[in-house]
Amino acid sequence: MIERDSGATEALHHRMQAVWANPKGWGALSAVNHTTVGLRFMATGIVFFLIGGLLAMLMRTQLALPEQDILGPELYNQVFTMHGTVMMFLFAIPVLEGLSMYLIPKMIGARDLLFPRISAFGYYCYLFGGVIILSSLVLGMAPATGWFMYTPLSDANYAPGPGSDFWLLGITFVEISAVAAGVELVVSILFSRANGMTLRTMPIFCWYILAMSVMIIFGFPPLILASILLELERTAGMVFFDVTRGGDPLLWQHLFWLFGHPEVYILFLPAAGIVSTLIPVFSNRPLVGYRWVVLSIILIGFISFGLWAHHMFTVGIPRLALAFFSVASMLVAIPTGVQLFSWLATLWSGRVEYNLPMLWIVGFLVIFVCGGLTGVMLALVPFNWQVHDTYFVVAHMHYVLVGGMLFPLIAGFYYWLPHLSGRMPTERLGRWGFWFTFSGFNLTFLLMHVTGLMGMPRRVYTYQAGVGWDWLNLLSSVGGFVMAVGVAMIMMDIALHFRFGRLAPANPWHADTLDWAMRMPPPSYNFASLPTVNTRHPLWDNPELPAAIAAGEHALIDITHGRRETYGTDAITGRIREIIHLPGNSWLPLQAALALAIVTICLLMRAYPVALLSTVAALFFLLRWSWHNGGHPRAQPLRDDEPVDPLLHSRTRRGPGLWGMLTTLLADGTLYLSLLFGWFYLWAAAPQWVVPAQRVFTQGSGLLSITPLLLLLASGVILTVAVIWYARGLTRLRTGNADRLQNCLLVVTGLGLLHFLLLLWVLLSAGLKPTEQAHDSLLVVMLVYLLLHSALAVVLTGMQARRVTLGYVSEKLPYEPEVLKPFWMYILGIFWSAVAAFVLLPLAWGGV
Amino acid sequence: MSIAWLWWGMFAFAMVVTVGVVGLWLYAMRRNPDPNPDHSEAGRTARVQQRLVIGGGLILPITSIVLLLVVGVPIGQRMQPQLTTAGEEAVFIEVTGHQWWWEVSYPGTGVTLENTLHIPAGIPVNIQLRSNDVIHSFWVPRLAGKLDAIPGRTNILRLQADEPGTYYGQCAEFCGLQHTHMRFTVEAHTQADFDIWLSEVQQ
Repeated sequence: MIERDSGATEALHHRMQAVWANPKGWGALSAVNHTTVGLRFMATGIVFFLIGGLLAMLMRTQLALPEQDILGPELYNQVFTMHGTVMMFLFAIPVLEGLSMYLIPKMIGARDLLFPRISAFGYYCYLFGGVIILSSLVLGMAPATGWFMYTPLSDANYAPGPGSDFWLLGITFVEISAVAAGVELVVSILFSRANGMTLRTMPIFCWYILAMSVMIIFGFPPLILASILLELERTAGMVFFDVTRGGDPLLWQHLFWLFGHPEVYILFLPAAGIVSTLIPVFSNRPLVGYRWVVLSIILIGFISFGLWAHHMFTVGIPRLALAFFSVASMLVAIPTGVQLFSWLATLWSGRVEYNLPMLWIVGFLVIFVCGGLTGVMLALVPFNWQVHDTYFVVAHMHYVLVGGMLFPLIAGFYYWLPHLSGRMPTERLGRWGFWFTFSGFNLTFLLMHVTGLMGMPRRVYTYQAGVGWDWLNLLSSVGGFVMAVGVAMIMMDIALHFRFGRLAPANPWHADTLDWAMRMPPPSYNFASLPTVNTRHPLWDNPELPAAIAAGEHALIDITHGRRETYGTDAITGRIREIIHLPGNSWLPLQAALALAIVTICLLMRAYPVALLSTVAALFFLLRWSWHNGGHPRAQPLRDDEPVDPLLHSRTRRGPGLWGMLTTLLADGTLYLSLLFGWFYLWAAAPQWVVPAQRVFTQGSGLLSITPLLLLLASGVILTVAVIWYARGLTRLRTGNADRLQNCLLVVTGLGLLHFLLLLWVLLSAGLKPTEQAHDSLLVVMLVYLLLHSALAVVLTGMQARRVTLGYVSEKLPYEPEVLKPFWMYILGIFWSAVAAFVLLPLAWGGV
Repeated sequence: MSIAWLWWGMFAFAMVVTVGVVGLWLYAMRRNPDPNPDHSEAGRTARVQQRLVIGGGLILPITSIVLLLVVGVPIGQRMQPQLTTAGEEAVFIEVTGHQWWWEVSYPGTGVTLENTLHIPAGIPVNIQLRSNDVIHSFWVPRLAGKLDAIPGRTNILRLQADEPGTYYGQCAEFCGLQHTHMRFTVEAHTQADFDIWLSEVQQ
């Protein structure tokens, strides 16, 4: 064993802390550190879980006996809607995101996530959105149309109160945070791993989170779009789902389940990741079939997007489509089976330590296998026709979600508790908590299968006595309360352990991953020095590694410059490419999220002028945020003593910002494709779709009788010229020539502005009647979508031109124009494909 | 009824799989392999592992799915609404969902009912489902699967009561405040009784 000077280790710790620590007191609200933000996500999620559980208790009380009127239909409908909403959107996803944020940098050997301010911003969006949604319950005007918000039940005719608005606006707000976290996790996992950590040596948990994040990026935009469209239909009178004016309520169902089914796997994957992490540790053997597991993770990701219509088996869709979705639904059993049996094989090979986290894993197995099998049954169409929308589905869903997500999550909580507190969980109270939860859960939901088979439909606030459902419901309610006692015990156990738990030794579970290679509780900088990792099990192969890291024997230990630094590495090989300097604590995320919260509240109160003002405020904060980057004095202005090999990332042409931009555009592009899907879907399937007799684009009106089509084409040509101009400017910059950079950026700004104004003219002069026809509503939304993108690009390019003057962008700082380039390319792409889909195709069709 | 058989078959199969998987798993956890296995021992463990992953992860689910489809698809085919073949008698009924009641009408007869269907037993009945407001779902658990009534669309559900009697049905898609109470009954008569009922109610 090497002798290490503990004094020097401590001194390094203090030097690191001086740069990385969170501010104290109120200043803590400006913290951006991933450990802090991750914990905030999880703590808030647990609070929402308790609230959601309380709502479930209310429902079970109402249903315990037949023909009770404790809640009444108004309240009961609000309660079940909110139970689903809170558990799905405010507990399950955020808690898993929080756990990922907390763990990912630690597992891949980085000091923080790559966009720390985004982490904080995402948290505040989530917090404010959640509070807004919950306030509706307190005000007694909660949504009462089910967490799936089917139209037309949720539209302005049948749900005139503000309940649906709370849901649509609040959830959209929360989803911004989910997408932000998804983007951040993808880029961090791919581009900030420890030196030498290839994709093949990455801990398996990171694969799961990578898949989850990619699925969030593709899965959430359809719901965001659907929510925006429904909100526009409710408040602005536009048409998307109203069948009498050319919309179709099934469009909502398609968009909703396009999100909703991947969502289930978004919840399952991280939980399975916990299982795949814990089982090898407690068996003291590496995971059997790592490659098989990775393959099945990827497969699950793909298949889950082909499944959405299996929630719609009873709407009367064509037989061939039914068969397709039925088979696809069953196919999921294969990758799930592969994982299940590779866990089994891992247990087979090792000596298994049987402790509290493992107990929860076994509980997970039992419940999840049952839930999976009922899932395969449900995928069979004729059976589905029988039990769809009965308590059988309720039971199945809770088996999958509670078994597949909550149980592994609690196993994970117990496993990582020592990491957070430096103390071991107590075994005794924890075991009581497990057995109460486990037996209460099974009592409640196992019986619900029977209740469902006996024909009890979901979402009824009461039922008749004497149909045979009485004793089942009573026992389900009793089970629900037993489970609540179990949850209370777990909460108490965890709370008490912070004070009374026995002190944990270093790496208490003898784990293999880097997250245990740090002092406990974790320091804000994670690793005092960044190691090179060539193995999948760094701590098993080198138990000395934690001490060596803390003593500063690895890389990037200089902190005298005061920069927060971590390595940027290659996505596949994990070779170092640049040093990424991360922003420090900042108030901007809180300010921007607050402004957005005010926007949301004003939209709810229909105070549109104030909403507009606060949108401007939010935009101001977000732009200011982007201003404090790169060479700005508050970020990293050019200095003489900068590292040269590797460079700081803002001195290169590719860095995390570029990947962040590309990943965000993937999400944005999915939103755009969903909109195109809506257009084609309504065109093809809406029963009363009407193309306006009056020709929208080819009819001259207004000034000089220029037809909107001509304006549109002119606008597009100018946009194309602007993008080419921008690309040529960048090519010159790459050769180190920044002489005419500012000129170039100004020209592009001007051209972009001209393009924007012409497009605006199209919108105003085309005589669209969005409140009368779905056709025109979709056109307006598409034009506004294009306009918003163009406007943003113009502003950002103008800002770049100004930054050239101030010296924040130059031949030595070519980073930001490079980051902006994909955005211009994207706008070019969406513009012309929109023209093709909305103008040329209908023209060719003989319509417009 | 075939659905019932399907259910019991799937149930038995699921029980076997659950008990088998959980049993194997618990055995794997209790098993205490030699911590320092010799070469042949390690080789055998590796083979067992490979068999477990491939057998359990690929073969088991694939066989289950194939079995399920082979048995389930024909049943589904029979449940699909089919156009009446020549010579087959069938009754057509129009059902429209309202918040929160069912309007039942017999085309060509002028007969309209609320929350009650009268059908002849022993022959297929084609129900044309529509909605007047929000989405409802028409479901008589003992006669057929459920089908949604969607505004702007017409869905056709085929059901058949083998025996005369009273069957209970309800709306199965959440449709607002009084969704719980959107129940209805189906009275199945013998063909003769049905004809008598129809002519009586027409007068």
